[in-house]
Amino acid sequence: MALHFELVTPAKLVRSEDVHMVVVPGAEGEFGVLEGHAPFMSTIRDGAVQVYKTEGAAPETIEVRGGFAEVGEEGLTVLAEHVEG
Amino acid sequence: MASLKELKDRIGSVKSTQKITKAKQMVAAAKLRRAQAAAEAARPYAERLSGVMASLASKVSGDSAPLLLRGTGSDKRHLLVVVNTDKGLCGGLNANIVKAAKAKARELIADGKDVTFYLIGKKGRAPIKRDYADKIEKHFDTSDVRQPGFEEADAIAEDLLERFEKGEFDVAHLVYPIFQSALAQDPTVDQLIPVPSPEGEGTGGDAVVEYEPGEEEILEDLLPRYVKTQLFGALLEREASEQGASMTAMDNATRNAGDLINKLTIQYNRSRQAAITTELVEIIAGAEAL
Repeated sequence: MALHFELVTPAKLVRSEDVHMVVVPGAEGEFGVLEGHAPFMSTIRDGAVQVYKTEGAAPETIEVRGGFAEVGEEGLTVLAEHVEG
Repeated sequence: MASLKELKDRIGSVKSTQKITKAKQMVAAAKLRRAQAAAEAARPYAERLSGVMASLASKVSGDSAPLLLRGTGSDKRHLLVVVNTDKGLCGGLNANIVKAAKAKARELIADGKDVTFYLIGKKGRAPIKRDYADKIEKHFDTSDVRQPGFEEADAIAEDLLERFEKGEFDVAHLVYPIFQSALAQDPTVDQLIPVPSPEGEGTGGDAVVEYEPGEEEILEDLLPRYVKTQLFGALLEREASEQGASMTAMDNATRNAGDLINKLTIQYNRSRQAAITTELVEIIAGAEAL
């Protein structure tokens, strides 16, 4: 079971990989996305996206600024204006 | 007939011009690759964004739609956002962009609309000023950064949106070159504001999508981003077009300089031979007279 996760900025496609879970800083609170999540769309606030490669692994954090997240059939797509580092 | 020295100097000067155009051509070729890569890297974002826009715009319509989507309700005042390059030496690129912009302006004016210009890049200023000196709203300078990126697009978009909210114009068009190949860059006119309703069904037939906070709020947040992305795309296209056009123009210039050098060299050798012949004839005539 894997969630396809894509992180895109205007300049490039930062990430495109299969992961276990991603926690996204939504405008109305953080939410975690696992595989098979219902279609969902939310704006995001500035903060850290936490990527869990495997279950129980330490999360990798990516700081993002401005944008929104979309969960569809093909997985999770985070469109961010800026990504730190 | 030019003297030998004059010809020699002329050849020298054409040679150094050729060196410059050759160098510029190689620089442009190297930069073109980078600019093309940048334009390609920006595509996924734009594609996803318009996909989301399409699915959202079909859900939010009518009076509840944000101002940016439905417009001010009038289309009297038009703003032409013209994207030109900052540097020359790129053939007819800027002339073509300006021509497209002026054609659009004439068409709008003929329809009785008011037209103002918003210029990005240095090279469009002079030619547009010549015809529409009093219609230029603003120059946006991108010449002080090496490679215009998202920050510039951001700044331009902020400025445009602010003007739109203040009601300074009703419709904005974006005039920019689309990079086809190193040989062809087509100037294009696209409507920027109000955001044209994206075509296509979006995700259609999908399961019910949940929105947080709500469709309208997301759309409201999305539209300015969309404008920004359009501008960013235009800047990237401009960059690639500039390098492409420059490469082609400089290639031609180098070849022309080569032809000119050959022609001048032949001329130089001929007059040198003529001079030698005359000298010989003089010597022989002198010897015979003794």
